[in-house]
Amino acid sequence: MRVFKAALQHPLAWPCLTLVLLVLLDLTHNANFLSLSMLDGHLFGAPIDILNRAAPLVLVSLGMTLVIATRGIDISVGAVVAIAGAAAATILADDPHAVGEALIAALTVGVLAGMWNGVLVAFVGMQPIIATLILMVAGRGVAQLLTGGQIIPIGSPGYLFVGGGYLARMPCSVWVAMCGIALTALLMNRTALGLFIRAIGINPVATRLVGLRSGAIVFGVYTFSGLTAAIAGILASSNVRSADGNNAGLLLELDAILAVTLGGTSLLGGRFSLAGTVLGALIIQTLTYTTYSIGVPPEATLVVKAAVVLVVSVVQSATARTVLVRHLRRAFAGVSKRPITEAAK
Amino acid sequence: MRNLFERLVDPRTLPIVVTLVLFVALFGFGSVMYTGFFSMQVLVGLLIDNAFLLIVAIGMTFVIVSGGIDLSVGSVVALTTILCAVGTERLHWPVWVIVPIVLVLGTLYGAAMGALIHFFKLQPFIVTLAGMFLARGTCFLITTQSITINDPTFHALSGYHFGVGSASLSTGALIAIVTLLIAIFVAHFTRFGRNVYAVGGNERSALLMGLPVARTKVGVYALSGFCSTLGGIVFTLYVLSGYGLQGQGMELDAIAATVIGGTLLTGGVGYVIGSVFGVGILGTIQTLITFDGTLSSWWTRIVIGALLCAFCLLQRFIERHAARRKSSGPGLGKRVSARRTRRPTQPDGTDQAEPLAMEPGR
Repeated sequence: MRVFKAALQHPLAWPCLTLVLLVLLDLTHNANFLSLSMLDGHLFGAPIDILNRAAPLVLVSLGMTLVIATRGIDISVGAVVAIAGAAAATILADDPHAVGEALIAALTVGVLAGMWNGVLVAFVGMQPIIATLILMVAGRGVAQLLTGGQIIPIGSPGYLFVGGGYLARMPCSVWVAMCGIALTALLMNRTALGLFIRAIGINPVATRLVGLRSGAIVFGVYTFSGLTAAIAGILASSNVRSADGNNAGLLLELDAILAVTLGGTSLLGGRFSLAGTVLGALIIQTLTYTTYSIGVPPEATLVVKAAVVLVVSVVQSATARTVLVRHLRRAFAGVSKRPITEAAK
Repeated sequence: MRNLFERLVDPRTLPIVVTLVLFVALFGFGSVMYTGFFSMQVLVGLLIDNAFLLIVAIGMTFVIVSGGIDLSVGSVVALTTILCAVGTERLHWPVWVIVPIVLVLGTLYGAAMGALIHFFKLQPFIVTLAGMFLARGTCFLITTQSITINDPTFHALSGYHFGVGSASLSTGALIAIVTLLIAIFVAHFTRFGRNVYAVGGNERSALLMGLPVARTKVGVYALSGFCSTLGGIVFTLYVLSGYGLQGQGMELDAIAATVIGGTLLTGGVGYVIGSVFGVGILGTIQTLITFDGTLSSWWTRIVIGALLCAFCLLQRFIERHAARRKSSGPGLGKRVSARRTRRPTQPDGTDQAEPLAMEPGR
């Protein structure tokens, strides 16, 4: 019992439990949900499908986690995803063999977008939500400017391999996401960077007075978010074989924020968990898969997501917990007292 | 004359002056460049085409002045169009039954979000994000198709035109003007309006002053819910159909219009009339691009983003200027003590309440 209680105290317990519940729900609906099969030397099956489709979201959420850990927010990631895809597609449209140039262009554009956000937040001192709102509004316009308002098809086999190909029996995008997770985890846990980011999130003024160059770190965090969004943009555009300035990465920023909150990262900054974020992204993708497979209209996921956001933020808020606990106690006290008074009669 | 100049560069009025100048400049640029641009009908057309955005932006102004943000407005507009269309086409209710019901629902929706934000101390951003998901999802749960409205009363309301000189105003534009007048009255001449400015300036000192912070904050979100529902009704009259994908990104336009209109995002400073010019600027850019004909529609978004950026930078500049002035005493010219502002615990800098926040109507 004590072990069980201790396990529940672990920050990752709730996201794990949610994911397990979702998978169980899928299993009751489809007994073969977890089965994997080999076809043409590749692994196939629902879990692989979920991993493959979750890869862009996982990458974007990694960047978002660090941004949120510094008390910031980056709502421009969806637009950056669109810009990166558009940049790669325009280069490939001219020369289908210039895969390297296309990848570098996409990554450069993403890093530049992240640096722009970083300058506005860290050095100009704008509120993060407003600073990134600028790029969110203008970014879609820039992406459409690059694509000329068209959906550009991508036919280059080298580029398509990144998001749609297979490497060692697994989809390539899964490997890319795993590399991203491993590198970020190494940076955060094996260097002091993770500590610095948490410190900035807890008290930015104190961090600066201690002597940390918090401006540079915040700038770096937004740049990193731009980079991960660009990688996600490459995966997404390569997976659907086209770049669409209008719809690529639409509402992705909201999904990323949701994944980060689900994973137990506090929106108030100072506390983050990369493993939780990855779990959160997987939960969202499994949820989408489940709604499709059960036959609920896919639009209903929005309602479920809304409920999840509310429940998670209420659970995270200390004030909300005290208010709720007080009300519950009162309600339970009322229930337990009633039989006694009735007996007295 | 000097007095007038000082009033113009006052941190409270400077953004709105810049907005006004920009609006006049943009309109003047259009009049010089394109024949037929400088006419009453184009000006009135701006109001007719952006009436819904204006109403939504008015609600957003109150929310931002109170120090919050409301991301749910666009999806509430979409939900309103759906509810109006379903009410009239499927249930065959008359307009005067549907409209009050929808308005009450929208107000309650906003109030519920406000209650969550205030009583549970949740971030406005995350609560209204959930509200946005919920409203958009509800739209699609009701119907995923576009419903055309064939009801004669809706068509009569939509087709009604009120002649003003050589131009004519639509029902939506009239509603927008009435909403604007009421909003200006509420913001500057009622207790609620004063409380909104006080809460936005500094919530803690507003609470210590004994102002009803809870009622004000919930009220502000209820007002925004009401305004976005009213905007949705005007939008329904404008397009005469209900569709769940309507109004996507409208929250961004409303926030952009409010910011360009000179409302400080930190709360406590801003004018409703500024948002009118903010909406006017957005509309003029769109009209200019339509008149030009060679520019593509995505330039609108880029230009709006650039304007948003310029105005945010201006706001930062004003904030720093105001902070410097606050800690160096009354005089503008006392730049010598500017260095002291870096230390927030300075004895003369301890008063954290914004002095300019409390006087909205001056």
